[in-house]
Amino acid sequence: MSVLVRIPTPLRTLTNGQAEVHAEGSSIRELIENLEGRYKGLKERLCEGKDIRRFINVYVNEEDIRFLQGTATPLKPGDRVSIVPAIAGGK
Amino acid sequence: MAKIKGLKCRECGRPYPAEPLHVCEFCFGPLEVEYDYATLQKIVTRKRIEAGPPSMWRYRDLLPVDEERPVGSHCGMTPLIRARNLADALGAKEVYIKNDAVCHPTLSFKDRVVAVAVTKAMEFGFTVVACASTGNLANSVAAHAAEARLKSFIFIPANLEQGKIVGTLIYDPVLVAVDGNYDEVNRLCSEVADKYGWAFVNINIRPYYAEGSKSFGYEIVEQLGWRTPRHIVVPAAGGSLVTKIWKGLKEFHGLGLIPDCATRMHVAQAAGSSPIVTAIRNRSETIRPVRPNTICKSLAIGNPADGYYAYKAVEESRGSAADPSDDEIIAGMALLAATEGVFTETAGGVTVAAAKRLLEDGVIPRDESVVLSITGNGLKTQEVVGGVLKPPLSIKPTLKSFDAVIAERPDLGADVVSRASNTRRG
Repeated sequence: MSVLVRIPTPLRTLTNGQAEVHAEGSSIRELIENLEGRYKGLKERLCEGKDIRRFINVYVNEEDIRFLQGTATPLKPGDRVSIVPAIAGGK
Repeated sequence: MAKIKGLKCRECGRPYPAEPLHVCEFCFGPLEVEYDYATLQKIVTRKRIEAGPPSMWRYRDLLPVDEERPVGSHCGMTPLIRARNLADALGAKEVYIKNDAVCHPTLSFKDRVVAVAVTKAMEFGFTVVACASTGNLANSVAAHAAEARLKSFIFIPANLEQGKIVGTLIYDPVLVAVDGNYDEVNRLCSEVADKYGWAFVNINIRPYYAEGSKSFGYEIVEQLGWRTPRHIVVPAAGGSLVTKIWKGLKEFHGLGLIPDCATRMHVAQAAGSSPIVTAIRNRSETIRPVRPNTICKSLAIGNPADGYYAYKAVEESRGSAADPSDDEIIAGMALLAATEGVFTETAGGVTVAAAKRLLEDGVIPRDESVVLSITGNGLKTQEVVGGVLKPPLSIKPTLKSFDAVIAERPDLGADVVSRASNTRRG
């Protein structure tokens, strides 16, 4: 059992063009480590040190992980994780 | 274009060509237009600007467009009003209103950014423009698309004020009312932009679009006689306007158009949606998203993408922030109308109320010059004040009926005044 991860366009060069990939992990942090194992370089693009980069939003089942437990947010089989660049906007 | 070097990532500095790109492929930081300031320094002078058209396009050297005949050619150069009555009410000495409630053509500062964005979209050869909006941007994109004869798709949260819906539909765009809040609409649009390849003004055209806001700051400086005010209070949703006004002031200084740049930037948000104000108050660079809950829908962005840069502008300029309550916002709208005859929307109420607080708290000294950024028009958000306004007197079309209602209401002060004393003596 695994979670489904939606990959934004700029990172698809690292996932052989795939927009969605299946991956394992009991938390966001672990998921990123596992993704790095398969798609080398992905972690550096997503993280600055231990934290998710300032301009990347990560959602678990449509919920922003900053409203949950950040990179410690737990995952369960069947969850859907979206990696979305922060888009500015207003008014 | 000679004056522009290209785009550059604000986070990691990687360079990109001047194309419809907005995110750094490496670190996802936002891209920004990079100018050739050495060349601009030789060209741009006060005299050259003053000889330009009475619109934001007098600053076209500092805006990222090539087109000789831009879309939205009458946008900007809105009044800067010395607000003496408001100053008296606030107990301050020198208060100005920068009034984009009368910006052409759709009565908000968004016309500035959209004029640049739609002009740029045409230069790039797009045939469809689009946006995610809380209302003012929707109005402006639909209007400018009509002028440019482009098709437009406008995405809004379904619960917007009626004035903003009608003020969009009149231009005949495709209006998509999304069952969700602005942050959800915005997220959806990033995926639509990815798939459909349209010119989303606040997504893939954003680096160019955002530059239009600089003209708000340029105008303040020029209208004050080429000097900077000590304070500017700016409402914030995504945080772009305050960032770009600050950038504009620094550019003027860097180009030698003004001798100094000692303005302090102050951010105003509604208490029900104040992630940037909270960060400034806590001196934390990390902007924690919130779920907006305020009458001020045009500022109801819980996840402000330029929040970090807004924070930096405030920090760099030694500014501050305030987040008035919904009641204070309505009182702010009423105060501006009663003192200066200017009807602003809720975002303007936020600015007035925030300025009032900052003056009361001594953050803005009462003897220093303050500019209040009034960014939108009250006719678009009539619902919020409807409940607090006095109803009209209803009468029959007879003098008797008028006399009767006046007799019942001594509080109105409708005394009979003799002609002689009613004439102003000079």
